[in-house]
Amino acid sequence: MLRLDRVSKTYRVGTFGGRELAAVRDVSFQVGPGQVISLIGESGSGKSTIGRMILRLTGVSAGTISFDGTDIAAFKGRGLRAYYGNVQGVFQDPFSCYNPVFKADRVLEMLRPAWFPRLDDRQWRDKVAGSLEAVRLDPGQVLGKYPHQLSGGQLQRLLVARALLLDIRLLVADEIISMLDASTRIDVLNLLGDLKARGLGILFITHDLSLGNYLSDQTVILRRGEVVEQGPTDRVFGRPEHPYTRALLASVPQLHRKWDRTGPLARQPAGEGG
Amino acid sequence: MTLKVDNLKVWYRTLRGQVQALDGVSFGVADGELVGLAGESGCGKSTLGKSLIRLDGRMRHVGGTVELDGKELPIADPERMNGFRFKEVSIIPQYAMSALNPTRRVGRMLAELLESRGVAMAGVRDELLRRLELVGLDAEVLDRYPIELSGGMKQRMVMVISTILNPSLLIADEVTSALDVSTQKAVAETLVEFRDRHYVKSTIFITHDLSLVYQIADSIIVMYAGRLAEKAPTDTLVAAPRHPYTRMLLAALPEVGVRYGTRRLEGIPGSPPSLLNPPTGCRFRDRCPLAFDHCAEQPPFAEVAPDHFVACWKAF
Amino acid sequence: MTVPESEELAAATPVTAVATPVPVTKLRGGREALYFARRNRKLLVGLAVVLVFLAVAVVGPLLTDHGPNEYVGPPAQRPSARYWFGTTMFGQDVFAQFAHGLRATFLVGLLGGGLAAAIGMLIGFTAGYRGGAVDEALNMLTNVVLVIPTLAVLLIIATYLRVRGVVPEAIFIGLFSWPWVARAIRAQTFSLGSRDFVDLARLSGVGGPRIVVTEIAPNMSSYLFMTFILLFGGSVLAAATLDFIGLGPTEGISLGLMMNNAVLWSALPLGMWWWFVPPGLGITLIVGSLYIMNVGLDEVFNPKLREL
Repeated sequence: MLRLDRVSKTYRVGTFGGRELAAVRDVSFQVGPGQVISLIGESGSGKSTIGRMILRLTGVSAGTISFDGTDIAAFKGRGLRAYYGNVQGVFQDPFSCYNPVFKADRVLEMLRPAWFPRLDDRQWRDKVAGSLEAVRLDPGQVLGKYPHQLSGGQLQRLLVARALLLDIRLLVADEIISMLDASTRIDVLNLLGDLKARGLGILFITHDLSLGNYLSDQTVILRRGEVVEQGPTDRVFGRPEHPYTRALLASVPQLHRKWDRTGPLARQPAGEGG
Repeated sequence: MTLKVDNLKVWYRTLRGQVQALDGVSFGVADGELVGLAGESGCGKSTLGKSLIRLDGRMRHVGGTVELDGKELPIADPERMNGFRFKEVSIIPQYAMSALNPTRRVGRMLAELLESRGVAMAGVRDELLRRLELVGLDAEVLDRYPIELSGGMKQRMVMVISTILNPSLLIADEVTSALDVSTQKAVAETLVEFRDRHYVKSTIFITHDLSLVYQIADSIIVMYAGRLAEKAPTDTLVAAPRHPYTRMLLAALPEVGVRYGTRRLEGIPGSPPSLLNPPTGCRFRDRCPLAFDHCAEQPPFAEVAPDHFVACWKAF
Repeated sequence: MTVPESEELAAATPVTAVATPVPVTKLRGGREALYFARRNRKLLVGLAVVLVFLAVAVVGPLLTDHGPNEYVGPPAQRPSARYWFGTTMFGQDVFAQFAHGLRATFLVGLLGGGLAAAIGMLIGFTAGYRGGAVDEALNMLTNVVLVIPTLAVLLIIATYLRVRGVVPEAIFIGLFSWPWVARAIRAQTFSLGSRDFVDLARLSGVGGPRIVVTEIAPNMSSYLFMTFILLFGGSVLAAATLDFIGLGPTEGISLGLMMNNAVLWSALPLGMWWWFVPPGLGITLIVGSLYIMNVGLDEVFNPKLREL
């Protein structure tokens, strides 16, 4: 369904654009229907950039991203709109995703002129109610409210509802639960799990390995823009081959299992991060 | 006991009224203990940490006392607290990376800080260099501006600065939240190292990440809606929690190895009560599956086993 | 976790999954602004002063039955019951001049300020949203306009246009006072444009210009409002200055022209204070009040500046 082929992204930096910064280098993977791919990396690994390239929010410097066989860089106007009817994104900070001066349900209303121009008010309301139900939100609780009146978990779920309105086939979830509390994270994660069972493909971008493990079929580990290891989740987590993956897994704090103490910071593993 | 907090009440003044951020908190921290203070956003853990050092101008101390090493801390009076800050009580703030003055070289900033406490830089210099080496920083870092250091380096720098005068109590306020997993581990282990080398006597480690706190803390305090829910030695709390909130929180943590298909985790429905007008009785009542009528009365934070405190009628 | 505990949890009555949002006691957006606006002294006082002058500008000329530049009375008269502000050296009614001059003043402020605001917003938003080469080009344009010596240009224009009215003056002022507006709006647009809700709008199929109008500008509404007030005041001041040095309109009257005439005809050494004090005070008070209003508005819109 979605295919990345040796995708790279370079930025020009420096005073007159003299130097180049490779944010993403030679990344390839695929997402099929009903599949969840975890894209795991620390800060600076390029994972968000990949998400933005897939969503056509930024261009590809080299390589191709294709959806159902067509290069997405070619989409324009109506073609781009059709693409967005199949692929949508949800981002990390729920409060940044909503324009604070408007009501929260405006994110749903924004879709109406472009995708549902011919629906009358009652049909639209029914459709919205259906989407909200799919994400287990009570329409009476979230419609007509401003973003600051809703909780982070509700806002994220509303964004997923928006994506579902369009009947998408792929969702790019960029750190969507890292700003939520532990008790609400699981609700959103379980929701994604249910959607996956109904055939939605998900690109789950995160820095948190435990979250990446919970839902995904395939895992891609990124480091400084390059793929360090990828494969079925069980194998990557169970029998990691690359030393970076092993170091990452060893650093994850887990309940019921204490770290092997490596000692003072002077002997920190090579990953820069922080 | 190094630290003894008795019925501490701290409220915030806001446009909409008084937010009762901390409502009667009592606990103790032993000499050399590393206590993890865990809870979700809005539970009051940051307020508790900051109230012990009184750095936030909007706080109002409403009641309760704090005793450190047998002396009472003047937490109601920010001016008098100045004599204790940095020397006996110190804090590593959240976003420590932004805590360094960008217009000063690090060494100069530290010298000014020490001077304000009546300590000469010269006397401390050797120890300072030793500690910098411990955390993997070069002595020349002192001559640099903060902008020349990476995020991880700044974090370590702030940790050394906060502990240079060997405080009795160190408060680490969400110091690992913004970090990558590998740096998180290094920072957490450094805190333990500081304690092991007696650079600090006791530490309160504030975080929302229970699995992280499990790794390094001797005991864990779980807070909910401005009150303490449970306090127990780490292994006990994780293996046999007695408060329903703690149990549900632990059950909601995804772990490496737990898959959606095999074991579905459950969240806690609902959300914490507003602290502007908190409900009477146990504040977890609305979301608690074990709630019954006695919960209309606030349960005391009582000791149910040696060193194990719970605020729940069902746990007694 | 031991098994009995989880069973106990499962057997207990499940809590109805009602997500209780944070209770709303805060007034939102416009209403919150109005609440604070009504209580802000600076804003209210400034607004009152400006409105008083506006009233004089509207009603004043209706109270006089002669034009401002007509010779109606005995020259150099002190203020009296007949001529409230006295007469000029030539017997013109100072009050009539003052009232008509106020009209010209407000016209210049509105027109000049409005034009500058429009240009500044257009350039600022475009540069801030598009970035890249467009931004570079617009920046260069902004810098060029900033360094043009407006006085020199005006002198040149003055020699070519023998007859000048208030409207050309207002347009001229408007064409040269927008650079700081463009810069400030550009900066704000940059920062707002990187927020996620703009990305979300793009993902909803909303095009570039529409995003600026529907997503970014509403977030800056308070700032745009304040900018307009500052531009209004700035135009009034600029016009008064130009008029005073003789580069103003060649016909009609304005406060600056009154002052120009007063100085030209030695009103100060002759002690004819009623000729130059009203216009001078008028300009000072109007512009000063506008700036004070602006400070007050800043407090209204910016919660951090409010005293608790």
